[in-house]
Amino acid sequence: MQEISEGSLLTLTWVAIVGFAVFMYVLMDGFDLGIGILYPFAPTEEDRDTMMNTVAPVWDFNETWLVLGGAGLFAAFPIAYAVVLPAMYIPLMVMLIALIFRGVAFEFRFKAQAGRHWWNRSFFLGSLLATFAQGVVLGSFIQGIPVENRQFVGGMLHWFSPFALFCGAMLVVGYALLGATWLIWRTIGPLQDWCYRMARGLMLVVLAGVAAVSLWTPFLLPEIAARWFSMPNMILLSPVPIVTAILAFALWRAIDNGREVAPFVLSMALFGLSYLGLAISLWPHLIPPDVTVWEAASPPETQVFLLVGMTFLIPSILGYTIYSYWVFRGKVTGSFGYH
Amino acid sequence: MELDPLILSRIQFAFTISFHILFPSFTVGLACWIALLEAMWVGTGKGIYRSLSEFWTRIFAMSFGLGVVSGIVMSYQFGTNWSRWSDTVGNVLGPLIQYEVVTAFFLEAAFLGIMLFGRDRVPPAIHLMAACLVALGTLLSTFWILSANSWMNTPAGFEIRDGRYFVTDWWQVVFNPSFPYRLAHMVTAMFLTTSFVVAGISAFYLLKRRHYDHAKLGLSMSLALITVLAPLQIFLGDEHGLNTLEYQPAKIAAMEGSWEGGPRAPLILFAIPDVEAETNHYEIAIPDLSSLILTHDINGSVPGLKQFPPEDRPDPSIVFWTFRVMVAIGFLMLGVAVTHLVLRFRGRLYSSERFLRFLVACMPIGFIAILAGWYTTEIGRQPWVVQGYMRTADAVTPSLTTNAALVSLLAFVVAYTIIYGAGTYYLIRLLRIGPAHVHDMPQPREGHRPKRPMSGTDQSIEPAE
Ligand code: HDD
Ligand code: HEM
Ligand code: HEM
Repeated sequence: MQEISEGSLLTLTWVAIVGFAVFMYVLMDGFDLGIGILYPFAPTEEDRDTMMNTVAPVWDFNETWLVLGGAGLFAAFPIAYAVVLPAMYIPLMVMLIALIFRGVAFEFRFKAQAGRHWWNRSFFLGSLLATFAQGVVLGSFIQGIPVENRQFVGGMLHWFSPFALFCGAMLVVGYALLGATWLIWRTIGPLQDWCYRMARGLMLVVLAGVAAVSLWTPFLLPEIAARWFSMPNMILLSPVPIVTAILAFALWRAIDNGREVAPFVLSMALFGLSYLGLAISLWPHLIPPDVTVWEAASPPETQVFLLVGMTFLIPSILGYTIYSYWVFRGKVTGSFGYH
Repeated sequence: MELDPLILSRIQFAFTISFHILFPSFTVGLACWIALLEAMWVGTGKGIYRSLSEFWTRIFAMSFGLGVVSGIVMSYQFGTNWSRWSDTVGNVLGPLIQYEVVTAFFLEAAFLGIMLFGRDRVPPAIHLMAACLVALGTLLSTFWILSANSWMNTPAGFEIRDGRYFVTDWWQVVFNPSFPYRLAHMVTAMFLTTSFVVAGISAFYLLKRRHYDHAKLGLSMSLALITVLAPLQIFLGDEHGLNTLEYQPAKIAAMEGSWEGGPRAPLILFAIPDVEAETNHYEIAIPDLSSLILTHDINGSVPGLKQFPPEDRPDPSIVFWTFRVMVAIGFLMLGVAVTHLVLRFRGRLYSSERFLRFLVACMPIGFIAILAGWYTTEIGRQPWVVQGYMRTADAVTPSLTTNAALVSLLAFVVAYTIIYGAGTYYLIRLLRIGPAHVHDMPQPREGHRPKRPMSGTDQSIEPAE
């Protein structure tokens, strides 16, 4: 066991902060991107209004976590920022432009009359492409990024691989599941019924996808196989797949029994476990396969300088997030407002 | 000019940040203006302050949203296009940029919510506080990002180990030599920009004989502020230039279009700088004035580009002109301030159609001056990205290819044209609709509150098909 010195404790804190920010982003923007993905398939135009209204007051705080994660990475692990971003140049550019179109659609759609169908389209395509790009980034990140002299040394299409594209497609389905279960919670009537049906189908695809990714990764990377399938680890880590299976079963039952809140919570928990599994596979690498979090960390004077602000800011962000979800709680019906 | 990833990345960065900066330039001043109106409403209870504040809050919300989406792009570009810069200076600039991001988002996004939806849910004092905190948030994020940028112009408080930069003194990093000047000059520029927009819109209403009371109030307040700030800005610009003379003499030489330098240098009014021949064409100059302005002494010695090795010289062709555009606008603003005083003194402020029309035409000058100023600062810093330490050519991402950089640049141009075209269209419509009449202030109905920070209004503002 490595001695935890003061420096490494700081680094661990920053791993926790950046990891937490990324995870919060996946959950929070995940369900509103998911709504954008389901959007064109909704039964009626009024349903689309309702769907958008369920997330309209909160989506921009959700996106905050993306910036927090990205800038946190820059400050606390500059090399990761300098390597991962160039390696993902094309998918990231797609994501940024898609997020722009989707973000402004929220605002322009209600102000427009004649142009409304354009903003509908921009909302759907923006959400879809941004999600797909994020999945591709995740997939090619797991596969590893070649580094020399603290810089990325692959080509512009390094990210392009069947595995990465598969991860992109799976993330689309995963976010759609989050979106559908969120809508089950926040809507009523025919729209809610439709969401139950969607959620059931999406869930099956997501489970198949999680299983496929879990089996595919060890084949791709022997180190990951060694981590999961060697002896004490296999027993120590067995709770991860077992709990996942239990959660999946519970989610199935919750949807079947017409529960309203449970499907959303359980879907988020499924995401949480997948994230945990990923962290176990990659630890202690920040840039697989070579750079560890210890090597990537910025010096203590930098980490401390920033930590001072974060200890104040992160609790206030959390507090404000909870507050705004509280203010806009309850069912959303029709195209107007909150009841 | 050959297209390589370096030049394409520079163009892409310049393009995206130029769009981004237009929105903060306007919202920083506007946030303070709204906070002031709110304070006057709480203080006096006069409905006109409240209705004016609600009107500008709607405009603010929309500009803020456009600032957000363009800002997210900025923070990612540091990594995607300038990865060597990120790795080298990340220990120093990472935290400053992180603080900018976080303060912008938190104080603003958080309290903007209360500012927009909270009018009837929280007591007036809390609402006023929210407006003040939003204003504070915009100022704080300006503080941090300008500190980061100033550090690249006048780096301090660090040491280099193994080719990377490590902080030795945070105080010196944050309060680096050019930072106080840049901050003061930029914040004043933002207030001036907002004032000219408010003045222009108010003048427009007066000309159209609409919203008479609101327009008079807006015109009077904004012109009063311009009268104070325009001369102040000229003074601050002068001080800023003296600071630059001390720390970045090559930049000053480029701005002045001066090749030889030396004592009793002339002030060049017009010239076409020629980099190849190291001289100016068609020069029109006033003898001795440059020395007098820069050193406050007619025999003072000023820098010339030839004193620097060619590979360390900024290119004067653009900065010579952007600097003059900025200064000309500075004096134009002073002219507006003086004219306003004369007209006010004669009691014709609200009736002089010519002056009002002139003010409408002046609406964009703040934005133009801000862009011109930034081009001067940033292009004048070349070929360095961190003055004296790191060249821009060494900052670009090594793996980036010309094709990828070209396609992403074109994609941004197309996307921004669409988005900002639409945004400007909706903003102009909001401006044309104008503030609500004081006696029929909208009574908030249950279930019809605005639901998003950006949407002060939810009814469509576009005519139906
Ligand atoms: C890191 C990239 C980056 C760069 C170079 C800049 N900005 Fe920025 N800015 C952002 C990244 C950003 C952002 C983090 O993405 C923000 C935060 C939230 C938001 O509104 O976008 C933003 C917003 C934002 C806001 C609040 C938003 C608003 O009121 O519209 C202000 C006042 C500034 N910026 C000020 C500046 C100034 C004065 C800059 C240059 C001199 C500048 N920013 C360059
Ligand atoms: C918002 C106002 C700003 C404007 C309008 C602006 C404008 C520009 C322009 C025109 C360039 C290209 C110069 C050239 O290549 O010839 C540039 C480059 C650059 N600027 Fe700024 N800038 C602004 C603020 C900032 C800030 C706040 C930072 C960082 C903290 C920054 C960092 C950079 C970097 C890294 C480059 C790329 C390297 C280079 O070309 O020098 N800029 N900027
Ligand atoms: C006669 C008046 C003015 C003078 C003498 C002046 C002087 C200067 C100087 C010397 C710089 C370059 C600083 C450097 O990078 O080293 C600068 C930058 C700048 N100026 Fe001005 N300026 C004047 C008016 C204005 C006006 C009216 C505005 C806008 C309303 C403005 C906005 C800016 C901005 C945004 C920058 C870039 C940021 C910075 O470096 O502060 N200036 N100015």
